[in-house]
Amino acid sequence: MNNVYLDNNATTQVAPEVLEAMMPFFTDWWGNPSSMHVFGGQVRKHVDQARQKVAALIGADPSEIIFTSCGTESDNMATRGAVDAAGERVNIITTRVEHLAVLEPCRMLKERGYRVMELDVDGGGNLNLDVLRQALSLGQAVVSIMWANNETGVIFPIPKIAETVKAAGGVMHTDAVQAVGKLAIDVCRMPVDMLALSGHKLHAPKGVGALYIRKGTRVRSLMLGGHQESGRRGGTENVPYIVGLGRACELAARNMHDEMTRVAALRDRLQQGILATCPDVRINGDPANRLPNTLNISFLYIEGESILYHLSDCGIAASSGSACTSGSLEPSHVIRAMGVPFMAAHGSIRFSLSRYNTEADIDYVLARIPEIIRKLRAISPFAPV
Amino acid sequence: MWDYSDKVLEHFRHPRNVGVIKNPDGVGEVGSMACGDALKLTFKLDAQGRLADVKFQTFGCASAIASSSALTEIVKGLTLDEAAQVTNQDIANYLGGLPEQKMHCSVMGREALELAIDNYRTGKTAKKILEGKVICHCFGVTEEEIERVVRDNRLATIEQVTNYCKAGGACGKCHGDIAAIIARVCGEQPPTAVKPPPAPRLTTLQKIKLIEETMEKEIRPALKKDGGDIELIDVVDNRVQVALRGMCANCQVARFTLKDVVEAKLREFVAPDLVVEEVPS
Repeated sequence: MNNVYLDNNATTQVAPEVLEAMMPFFTDWWGNPSSMHVFGGQVRKHVDQARQKVAALIGADPSEIIFTSCGTESDNMATRGAVDAAGERVNIITTRVEHLAVLEPCRMLKERGYRVMELDVDGGGNLNLDVLRQALSLGQAVVSIMWANNETGVIFPIPKIAETVKAAGGVMHTDAVQAVGKLAIDVCRMPVDMLALSGHKLHAPKGVGALYIRKGTRVRSLMLGGHQESGRRGGTENVPYIVGLGRACELAARNMHDEMTRVAALRDRLQQGILATCPDVRINGDPANRLPNTLNISFLYIEGESILYHLSDCGIAASSGSACTSGSLEPSHVIRAMGVPFMAAHGSIRFSLSRYNTEADIDYVLARIPEIIRKLRAISPFAPV
Repeated sequence: MWDYSDKVLEHFRHPRNVGVIKNPDGVGEVGSMACGDALKLTFKLDAQGRLADVKFQTFGCASAIASSSALTEIVKGLTLDEAAQVTNQDIANYLGGLPEQKMHCSVMGREALELAIDNYRTGKTAKKILEGKVICHCFGVTEEEIERVVRDNRLATIEQVTNYCKAGGACGKCHGDIAAIIARVCGEQPPTAVKPPPAPRLTTLQKIKLIEETMEKEIRPALKKDGGDIELIDVVDNRVQVALRGMCANCQVARFTLKDVVEAKLREFVAPDLVVEEVPS
């Protein structure tokens, strides 16, 4: 049976080059980078090099990169840390479609008495910047708005948003976990104060992430108990994973443009193939403003988990915004925030590609999908006869 | 992925009795778009009044499809009275169990069957009508339905009730009502606060020592953060006389601090009848 992995917004395969770069740090170079001897010193050098590579991918200075354990930690540190440093009167502005790594910390802060504003999106998943301006006019704010949405791939205009936020005197964080490695990012050219990224979304392993903090940005640390990362994130460095993240960023910087052009063509081929063979589907998220690798599509009259199980039986991995797949009872907050009707929300499937996908993968998927959809619609009480 | 039994997956992949019976004797429809699952059940009786043919259509996840398929297999050949005895637990058992969060799929099967039988007996063709008091407004679940799943499945927690019939799964405002139903069905009183055991009698010296300790560990650190401090002046019976120092001495909210923080802590750690008084230092 073929195996086709189209769930790269959930996690990606570790690149062989990345694994190769990491291995010596489990076997030969296992020193503590803080140590004052040669075991530590030679390792310190590699951590510094990794920091340079991560910085280079997003146009930052190496001193502005903090290594963390994951994207969620980076988002927590940025939102909670900036609010802590800003004092009690600050407002918090975010959007309804953020990842829970941002929404949950913001909601916790709301319980502590902060004014938290979650901005709405339109039917295409786009923000209205006038509403952002209004929210900013209510007082000093810490703003956390994602670069690209994990479920729909919809891209927010972060350079413009950051300028708007800075013009109003706010602090600007962006969760760029889905964007780094897929889109060109240069923090030099926009007034973003903080940016979160995660290793396992760009072919590094799980368990490592980073937070860019622009020089001069006030952020209180979450992890106390060590001088590491310039005192901003205590804990002995996860050296092999940091080296892996550095290598992954180096690969992305070199190959991203060509690879993502190819991936976008595959994604478009998948989309067109489904539209041509399956009636009653809808694309979720503005098709003109998406990540190159993401396709979120609803199959009306049938439910997402059923589709996923049939796909999985064919060796195809994807994900769904249906309630049943999460164990919660409500469909994805992202899909619902866009005003997608309940039936379409329950039948939404996300296909997310990577550089390891081929044309043959897409053709295989396109050959299987119509039969799966037809079979499930034959069982459905809602499907037109 | 869910931990589905082989039988669930088998019924999902090859559902039995799919379709709609033309001119059925009974029809039952439950579920909704908002909830993400729906089931339409139709049946035809033979001359002996047994369920000769049963068919279903389901919108829902793998376990919803499997539960519907299982239901049709269970009830085929039964009389209406026998079929009316089928519980959601029977459906789950037939499938070799369902994940706890998916038990509501089996409840949907039982409800559709009930409605279809009712439709045959009374001619009512209504879809699931909410009768009685609606407890969970997000998913439209009534008191009666919650009582039924609690009783049939011996449920003990709100989380279980949510897994079985969805009630309480969205905004959570009905959690108090659900807890009351569970308590009622289980024949229990809602849990009341456990009374702490009576504090041992302390000598005045012991009491002073304990008050000093509590102030040092529990109270001073909080006051010192705001540049304040507290000093124990005397203890007369149950009256603890203290003086506020530093920033606290001139603080307008110091009186609240005394009642809310100092007295509460001392009552918690020393004796429940203590009263804190500020005395001029």
